[in-house]
Parts: sequence; structure tokens; C-alpha cells
Amino acid sequence: MTEQATRLAGGREIVLPLSKALEISVRSLKIRFGRSLITTSGIILAIAFLMSVWSNNEIIDSLRTANKSEINLLLQKNGIETMTTNAEGASEEARARMAEEASKQAWLISLSLLVCVVGIANAMLMSVTERFREIGTMKCLGALDSFIIKLFLLESTFQGTAGTVVGIFVGLLMTLLLALIDYDMFVFTYFPVTGVLESALAACVAGTLLSLVGAMLPAYKAAKMEPVEAMRSDT
Amino acid sequence: MSESTSTTTTGPRGAVEERRTVVRTQGVKKTYKMGTTEVHALRGVDAEIYSGEYLSIMGPSGSGKSTFFNMVGGLDKPSEGKVYIDEVDVAQLDAYELAWLRCRKIGYIFQSFNLIPVMTALENVTLPMVFAGLTSDESRDKGMDLLKKVGLGERHSHKPFELSGGQQQRVAVARALANDPAVVLADEPTGNLDLRTGTEIIELLHAMNQDSGVTVISATHDHKMLSVSERVMWIADGMVDRIALREDLDIETVQVGAEEDH
Repeated sequence: MTEQATRLAGGREIVLPLSKALEISVRSLKIRFGRSLITTSGIILAIAFLMSVWSNNEIIDSLRTANKSEINLLLQKNGIETMTTNAEGASEEARARMAEEASKQAWLISLSLLVCVVGIANAMLMSVTERFREIGTMKCLGALDSFIIKLFLLESTFQGTAGTVVGIFVGLLMTLLLALIDYDMFVFTYFPVTGVLESALAACVAGTLLSLVGAMLPAYKAAKMEPVEAMRSDT
Repeated sequence: MSESTSTTTTGPRGAVEERRTVVRTQGVKKTYKMGTTEVHALRGVDAEIYSGEYLSIMGPSGSGKSTFFNMVGGLDKPSEGKVYIDEVDVAQLDAYELAWLRCRKIGYIFQSFNLIPVMTALENVTLPMVFAGLTSDESRDKGMDLLKKVGLGERHSHKPFELSGGQQQRVAVARALANDPAVVLADEPTGNLDLRTGTEIIELLHAMNQDSGVTVISATHDHKMLSVSERVMWIADGMVDRIALREDLDIETVQVGAEEDH
């Protein structure tokens, strides 16, 4: 055994440079552009929803802390508690309502993200099944399990990143438009730049994580495939 | 029967009495469990395949031919017995070493070509070299040489779907030779090709075998293949039925071919 090990270690090792892996996964996405687009649009929707909720919260928070009578009037018209009405009597009930609102929001967000992960996993699984022979061939050519995992995770990350970036813009734009209707130019006067940027960053992380988590199981399944599959001629 | 033929190894280049063995199997058995019943795909195969020879493995489907073929290629491990590829016991290898073996020692040719669809002909040929750690310049030069050898130097930038079946199989032959393997395994390489292109591929494999001395092991139904083989091994019911040198069966194959024409 040791003798064999040294024999085998004698040559150079087996490698898949990152640049090559990037090239392969980008091309794999391009050739299945239609389906990549569908998967990506799932991520776009989920992230847009996430972003719109978060940035809306930021904007309203910023408007509330401004505590101007004109703005408060608009806020109240939209059913939002303002700082001034936070007096002794109403505060208890108002706080309870806001807490309920927040938990409902969290529930909706997690549901939408979950649906998105399932969608990504489904799309990646399809992609793996479709490429059984290609994966088997790569393994026959000497690809390690880790190469296959690398390729699939990269592919999913690309989709995830693209979808996230678009989703952030879409979400922010929608929120801005709706806020403009409700609060007019005050939105820009009290625009919470840092808050929105933080939300965007968090959404970025969420989107990338989402696509990674969704691709994990399919990538593992692909990597564990036996190279003999490549020999099958009936697919 | 099998013993007597494998000991007298005076093949066409038979001046060399003692030829180096590149693949050796000892009492290889393979049993699959299908529910409660056991299926014996292989029932004790002893065989030696010599370095530089062209061996055809024949046998009907269900004979264990594919199983044996996969063992020889390090794609499957025996339930019992040993398979040595280049004097290395395949069963002892871990995943990394197996990948190394497939990358460096064995070149695969498939019935359905199996080129990576997103890559050009040249990239398909150079992929095993990339895995083997060659720089992109080295692999490009070597890949172009190989493509020229198989007569596709002009088409190096074509994607598989832009090539005909015969051309795709030529690219696959070039890819199989990428890392100067000890053995080229061809699984029904002419199965998806018409008569003429099939013959071209067989001639190409024969030429590669003659020029670079690479061992070619081919599973086939194709009787055209027999004419270029040095030895032919028949497998039936999970055992080696017989092994014959080509010279000894020239008349026989003609007869078989004639029978099939009727």
C-alpha cells in the first residue's frame, strides 16, 4: 500500500485551476441560458421582496425619527404610529400591534426565502440529472469529487449573485416609488442612505447564501456519481 | 483454453517472448444483489493483457462483458479477486489515487462520444491535461498535435454539435491519448457510427496502437474490429469463454460475417 501510494504520489497531483472552473461554469450557464434565467428570476423575486421590506422599514423609521408634523400626518394616514402619539395611553396597544406586524413580516420573509431555496435546489437537481453523462465523463478523465462540487457551487453562486444584484435594485426601486406616492419628496429629504446600504449588503449575503444552500445537495449528488454512468448509452 | 493461449504470447510482434503485462485479473468475481437474489455477473475471470497489444472483448449483452470491461478500466471494483492495472491493485486505491489512475494511466473512448458540449474540440482534448497539471501553453500545443494526428487540426475551435459523429469520435480518441495513458479503453467505439466512419475510427485506433504502442482494449460487437485486433477474448456467462490470436480466426470471422450478411 505504501509502495503504491508513493508510486502514485510520484507524478504531479490532479488539479482544477479556479480560472478553468470559472470558465466551465460560466459556459455551462450560457448554454442553458433559458433555464438559468428562470432560476435567476426566482432569486430576483425573493431578494426584491426582502429588499423592499427592509428598505421600507428603514425609510419609515427615518421619517418617524424626523418627527415633523407634516410627515407625522402622512404617516398616520398610512396607519403608522408616530413618535407623538406614543403617549402613555395608546403606546401599549400600538407597541403590541407593531410587534405583531414585525413578526408577520419575518414570517413572510422566511417563507419567501424558503420557497426560493427549494426552487434553486430543484433547478440544480434537474441540471445535475441532465448532465449525468457529462459528470461521469469528467470523472473518467480524472476529475475528483471536489472538482464537480466546485463547478456546481460556482454555477449556482453566479446565478445567485446576478439574481441578488438585480433583485436589490428592483426591490429598492419599487419601495421608492411606493414611498414617493405616500410621502412625496420627504422620502428624499430624509432618505436613510446608510440604512438602505446596510440592507442591500445584508440582502447580498442572503442571496449568495441562499444559492449556495440550494446547490449543496445537488452538487453533492453529482459528485458522488460513479464514473461508470458515462458508459451508459441509453441516455 | 484460456491458460494455454495466454502463456504462448507470440503475437504479431512475437519476437518478444516475455511481454509486459499491463492489466492482470486474478479470479475476479462480481456479484450484484437484486433484492434477495444474487446475480453473478462475473464468476472468476483470470486474464492478462499485454502492454502494446490490441485486444477486442466480445460477448453478447448480459455476458458480463461490460462488467469485466469496467473492472479493467478501474471503473468498478470486484467483489472477489484482484485487478492489477500497471501492477497496482485497484482495490487498494482511495478516491484520489483512483482519479489519478483514470487521469494518467487510462484513456476512455465511449460509444456515445461523450465530449463536453460546452467546450471546443481543443478544450475537450486538453481537459485531462488541465487535470494533470499541465500549463495552458503546454496543453494547447500537445492538444493541437493530437488533433492534427486524428486529422482535425483545422476544426480545433468547433464545438461538438458542430462536428459529425465520426469527427466527434476522433476528438474523443485524441482526448483519450491526452496524458499518454498506458491503456486506452474503447467501449463499442463504432456503435453509434455508420459503416464507413466506423471503419475510419477502427483504422485510427489501429494506427495509434501501432505508432505510439498504446494498449487498446475494446469491447465490441463489430466484426470489422477483429481484423485489426491482436487477440480476441470472448466472454460468456461471466467467464472467459476463449481467447484467440487474430491469425487463428481469420477464416472463422469471414464465415461469421458471411452468415450475418444473409
